Amino acid sequence: MKGIITWALVVSALSLPTLAQAALPAETQVYSAGFIDAAGPVAAAQFEHFQTIISLMLIVVVPIFILVPWVLWRYRRGGRGAYRPDWDFNWGNEAVLWGVPIVLIIILSSALWAHTHKYDPYRPLGNDPLDIEVVSLDWKFLFIYPQQGIATLDYLALEQDRPIRLKLTSGTVMQSFMIPQLAGQIYTMAGMTTQLNLLADQEGEYLGRNTQYNGDGFATQSFRTAVMPKSQFDNWVIHTQKNTQTLDLATYEALLKPSIEHVPRYYGTVDAGLFNRVLARFTAGHAHADSTPAEVSQIREHHHPQNNPKGAEQ
Amino acid sequence: MNAPQPLHPGVNLDVTDRKSHEKASEVIFGFWIFLMSDLVLFAALFATYAAMSTQGIAQGPTPSEVFDLGSAFIETLLLLLSSFTFGFAILAMKYSTSRLRLLAWLGVTALLGAAFVAFELHDYYVMIVNNDAWPQTSGFLSAYYLLTGTHAVHVSAGILWMIVLAVQVMTLGPNPLVKLRLLRLALFWHMLDIVWVGIFTFVYLFGVAA
Amino acid sequence: MSWETIFGQLGWDSLVFTGAIKHPSASEFVAFGAGSIVVLGAVAVVVLLTVMRWWGPLWRDWLTSVDHKKIGIMYIVIALVMFLRALIEAGVMRSQQLAAYDSAGYLSADHFGQLFTTHGTIMIFFVAMPFITGLMNYVMPLQIGARDVSFPLLNAISLMLTAAGAGLIMVSLVVGEFSTGGWSGYPPFTGIEFSPGEGVDYWIWSVTLASIGSTLTGLNFAVTLYKKRCPGMDMFRMPLFCWTTLCTSILMIFAMAPLTVATIMLALDRYAGFHFFTNGDGGNMMNFANLFWLFGHPEVYILLLPALGVWSEVVSTFVGKRIYGYTSLVYATMCIAVLSFGVWLHHFFTMGQSANVNAIFGIATMIIGIPTGVKVYDWILTMFRGRIRITTPMLFHINFLLTFVLGGMTGILLANPTVDFQVHNSLFLIAHFHNMIIPGVLFGMFAAVQYWFPKAFGFRLHEGWGKAAFWSLAPGFLLAFFPLYWLGMNGAPRRTVMWADPAFYPWLALAMLGAVLLLVGTVFLLVQIGVSIRQRRQLAVPLGDPWDGRSLEWSIPSPPPAWNFAVVPQVDGRDAFTEAKKNGQAYRSPAAYSDIEMPCNSMVAPLIGIFTFTLSFALVWHIWWLVVVSFIVVWGVVIARSFVAQTNEIIPASRIEAEHEAFLAAARATPGVTRDLEMSPQNRGKAAPDRLGQPGQKRPDDVLESAI
Repeated sequence: MKGIITWALVVSALSLPTLAQAALPAETQVYSAGFIDAAGPVAAAQFEHFQTIISLMLIVVVPIFILVPWVLWRYRRGGRGAYRPDWDFNWGNEAVLWGVPIVLIIILSSALWAHTHKYDPYRPLGNDPLDIEVVSLDWKFLFIYPQQGIATLDYLALEQDRPIRLKLTSGTVMQSFMIPQLAGQIYTMAGMTTQLNLLADQEGEYLGRNTQYNGDGFATQSFRTAVMPKSQFDNWVIHTQKNTQTLDLATYEALLKPSIEHVPRYYGTVDAGLFNRVLARFTAGHAHADSTPAEVSQIREHHHPQNNPKGAEQ
Repeated sequence: MNAPQPLHPGVNLDVTDRKSHEKASEVIFGFWIFLMSDLVLFAALFATYAAMSTQGIAQGPTPSEVFDLGSAFIETLLLLLSSFTFGFAILAMKYSTSRLRLLAWLGVTALLGAAFVAFELHDYYVMIVNNDAWPQTSGFLSAYYLLTGTHAVHVSAGILWMIVLAVQVMTLGPNPLVKLRLLRLALFWHMLDIVWVGIFTFVYLFGVAA
Repeated sequence: MSWETIFGQLGWDSLVFTGAIKHPSASEFVAFGAGSIVVLGAVAVVVLLTVMRWWGPLWRDWLTSVDHKKIGIMYIVIALVMFLRALIEAGVMRSQQLAAYDSAGYLSADHFGQLFTTHGTIMIFFVAMPFITGLMNYVMPLQIGARDVSFPLLNAISLMLTAAGAGLIMVSLVVGEFSTGGWSGYPPFTGIEFSPGEGVDYWIWSVTLASIGSTLTGLNFAVTLYKKRCPGMDMFRMPLFCWTTLCTSILMIFAMAPLTVATIMLALDRYAGFHFFTNGDGGNMMNFANLFWLFGHPEVYILLLPALGVWSEVVSTFVGKRIYGYTSLVYATMCIAVLSFGVWLHHFFTMGQSANVNAIFGIATMIIGIPTGVKVYDWILTMFRGRIRITTPMLFHINFLLTFVLGGMTGILLANPTVDFQVHNSLFLIAHFHNMIIPGVLFGMFAAVQYWFPKAFGFRLHEGWGKAAFWSLAPGFLLAFFPLYWLGMNGAPRRTVMWADPAFYPWLALAMLGAVLLLVGTVFLLVQIGVSIRQRRQLAVPLGDPWDGRSLEWSIPSPPPAWNFAVVPQVDGRDAFTEAKKNGQAYRSPAAYSDIEMPCNSMVAPLIGIFTFTLSFALVWHIWWLVVVSFIVVWGVVIARSFVAQTNEIIPASRIEAEHEAFLAAARATPGVTRDLEMSPQNRGKAAPDRLGQPGQKRPDDVLESAI
C-alpha cells in the first residue's frame, strides 16, 4: 500500500512540471543549471575536480559499504563468525586505519592546493580581458562596461572566448554573485571590491543569480547571461550605446531603493567613475562621497596579492 | 589508591581536612576554567580591536590623535597597585587574627579600583569633548570603547563583589567558604590586571607609537 | 506615564493575531495558527498542571531540583518540544516550495525568511544543544561513578538560561516577528538599517542566553570530569562517551565566547549605533563572519562529538564486545576537537581572500576527515568478531555508518575551495550538513534515548514502535535530503521562497515526501513513548541492566536514587561493570555505608531563568524599566544566594543502606536473562552471562580465543 502511494506521488510529481511547461508562453526562459552543464573552462574544471575528489574518496567509502553488510551478516547473533569479546586491538589494523586516510588526504591536499590556485577567481584567464563592473543591489544586479561606456541592469552580455574580468561590489547588504555554468561565486560587499575571472566558450544564455539571502526579493534576484560571438557582441554594444538612458548618480540613487525587476534595463551612457563613487559612499562616509577614487581603492581595496601586487611584494 | 594528593589550593585555607581540600581544589579549578573562558572573550575583543584600529578608522580620529598616554599610565599604576594591596589583603587573611586588617586592605583595593574606573570614565569624557570621539563615530572607536568598557565593567563587578565579600567577612566571619571566595576574587582581580597590561600595550602604546 | 515608557515598542499590532485580521492572507493565517498553537499549548499546560495539582510537585521535584539526572531530563524535554516546532517549520517550508513552482506559493517571502531562520536557530541552539547537554548531564556523572556534577546549582542555572532562550523564541511566534537573517545572522542585512524590526533582537538575545548557558555547562562538565571521577577511574579508563563529553566541554569553554562577543557587537550596532558590522563608518561585516564561524565550526563538533560517544557505547553494548581501538578513538576525538578550531574560514571561501589562505583552510578541513574516518572503521572493527544484536539503537548506528560516510565525502568536496565556489549557498550545502547532523547527531540522540531511557525511568521503550520509527526516519532522511544534493549541483540556491525551473519539481516532491516520512517517524517516536508508559509493567527493568551494559551506570537501580551510588565505586579497568559481572563482584553488599551529603533544592535557578527571560524580552521591545529591574533581580538573587550558609543536606547511612540492600536482594533473587530474552517481559534488568552467543553455536575455539 505504502509503495503504491509513493509511486503515485512520484508519477504525479513528474507529470506536473510537464503540464506546467506546456502552459508556458513560447518566450524562451533561461533555467538554472549547474556546473554539470558547464559552458566555460572554469566551471568545467570545477566539475572535473569534483569528480576527481569523488573517485578518490571512493577508496575509503566503498570498503565501508562492503564491510558493514558483511560484518553484519557474519557476526550477527547466530552467525558463523567467531565471537571474541575481548579482542580490541591490532597494530596492523591500526596502521592501515590511520595510514590509508593519511595518504589519501595527502593526495587530496596536493590536488586541492594545485586546483585552488589554478582556479582562483582572482587569477586572470588571458590577455585583453573584457572588464565589467558589477554592483549588487536589492534585488538586482547592475553591470557597468567601463571600456564601452554602457551599463545594464539584470542583463549580462559576454563575448564568447574572451576572458572576462569582473570587479564586484555591493550598494547594499552582502550578496553572492554567481553564474554556475561559467564559474563559481564570489561575495559582493559594500565598500570593498572582489574579483571574478571567467571565460565562456559556448554561445548561449545562462542564468546568473545572487545566492546570499538578502530579503524579500531574494528568490527572484537572477539575471540572464548572454554569451555571443565577437561580432554579435560588438553589435550589441553599439545598439546599447544608442540607448538614450544615462546611468548617473541620480539614476543610481533611484536604483538603490529595493525593488524586484522583471525586465532588464539598458543605459547608453554611464558617468565615469560611478563604480568608485559607489565604493566611496561606504569608505569615506556619506559626507565625503566625492573623495577621489584612488584614495578609496587604497583604503579598502581587498588585500589580495593578485589584486594588489605591490602589497604582495612587501 | 594511586590518586595524587590534591595540592594546596591558592594561598592558604587554614588547616583543613582532606575533604575540604578536595572541595576547594574543585572550586578553584572551576574558577580557573571560568577565567580561561573569560580570556577567550577578551581575546575576541582584542582581535576585533586589532582589525578595527587599522581598517575601521573611516573619517574619525586615529588612535594617536585620541589617546592620552599619561592618563593610561596612571590607570595602569592604580590597577597594579590595587593588585598589590589585594595581595596584602590575602596575607592579612592568612596571618592576621583581626578581620579589621583584612577589611582595611580590601577597602584600599576597592578604592584604587574605583579610582581606576573613574580615570577611565574621565578619559572617555575627554575623548568625547576634545575629539568628538564617540563610540558611534567609527568602527575603531566602537571597538576601543567595547574593549576598554568590557574591562571597566569587569573591574566594577569586581568592586561590587569585593563589597559583598566584605559584608560576608563581617557577618559570616572569615570562614573557609568566604576565604575561598576571596581567593577566587583575587584570581579574578589579578587576571584583570593582566588584561589591562595587554590593553595598555596593544591599545595605548602601539596606538600612540603608530 | 506614556504607553511607551511602560510597554516600550510593544503595541497591539505586535500580536500575531492582529496581522491576520488586518491583512488576511494565507501567510498570515499560518502565522495565526502557529501563534494559536503556542497560546493554546501554554493554556493547556497551565490547566493540566492546575487540574492535576501538579504545580507543587513540578516546582519541588523538578524546577528547583539541582539533581543532574532531573536537569538532564528537563533539557531533553525542552529539546523535544522545540524539535517538534522546528520540524513542523521544515515541513511548512517544504510544502511552500512545492506550492511555489513559478508562483508565489502560500507564504510571504518575509514569513519564509522567518521560518528558515527559526528552523536553523532552534535546531542548533534549542534542539541539538539541549539534547546533547541533557544527555551528557544524565549519563556522564553516572559513568564516572560520581554523585553529581561539580557545580549542581550552576548546572540548574545553565538549564534555566537555555529554557529562557527557548521561551523567548517561542514568544516570538505570538508577539512580533523573528529575524529573517538565517541562523548565522550575517550583517549588514541583520543591522538596523536593513532589518529595523524586533526580529533580529529576538535572535540576538535567545542565542546569547543559550550561548552563556552552554559556556557554563562546558565549564561544569570539564571540572566534573577532571575532579569527580571515582577511585581507580583514570582518564584512560573512562567510557568513550565521557571522553567525547570532555572534548565537547572544552570546545564549549572556548567556542561560545566568540559567539557572545559577535551577538553583543551586533546588539551594540543595532541599539546604540556602534559601527562593528555596518556598511561604512569603519564597520566591517567580515569580522562578524570570522567571529561567528570561530564559534560556528567548533559548534558542529560540540554537537557531533557526544553523538559519536553514544555510538561507541551503543555498538560495544549491542555487540557484546570491548570497543575496538579505545586509545585510537580517544586520540581521534581529541584530534577532531583541536582541529575544529582551525577550519572556520571554510564557511566563507568565497569572501575574496587569497588562494593560499583558502587552500590552507581547505587542507585543514580535510585533515579532520582522517580521525573521523578512523572512528568509522573502529566501530566496524568493534562489530567484527562480536555478536551483533539488531536492536533499535543498532539500526540507527548502522544507518549512521552508511550515511555518515556519504556526508563525509560531500564534506571533503566542500572543503575544496574549487568545488565550494560552485556549491556554497546551494542546496548541496544544505544536503551536506543535514546529512551529518540528522543521521549523526539527531539519530544519535534518538538512539541514546532508546538506550538510556530504561536507566532513567525504569522501563524499556517499546521495541516494535522504535523499529517502526527507524524505518520511517531513515528512508525519510534519504528522501528529504539526497535530492537536494542533485538540486544544488544544478544551481538551486538555498533559502528561496519560490523557483521557476520545472526540472526541480520531481526532486522537491521527493524531498517533501521525505519530510512527511520524517514527521511520521517522529510521531511514531511519540507513540512509542505513550505505548511504553502504558505497558510499563511488562517493560519494567528495575534492576537497572537491561542490555548487559558495560559501564557503571548499569550497576545501579533504574531509576537511580538521588545519590546515584550508595557507595562510591572503585574500578580497576575499562568496562568496569562487565568486569564486575565476569568476576562475580556485581551486586555484592559493600563493607559499610556512610552518610551522604547532597545539595539542597534551590529556587535560585528558576528565578534567574524567569528574570533573564523578562530581561531579554524587555530588551527586544525596549522596555527599559523592566530591563533595569530584571537585571538587578538576577544579580540580587546571585548575591543573596551567597549569604546562604547551609546549601547541603545529609542523607543518613541507614536510609541508604535500607534502599540499597533492598535493591541488591532483589537483584540477587532475580534470575538474569540471556540476550535472547532481551526484549521479552522476563528481562527485569539483570543480565545472565551470555558470552557464547546462542545455544548450539558453541565452538571450543571461541572459548579458547576469548580466554586469550
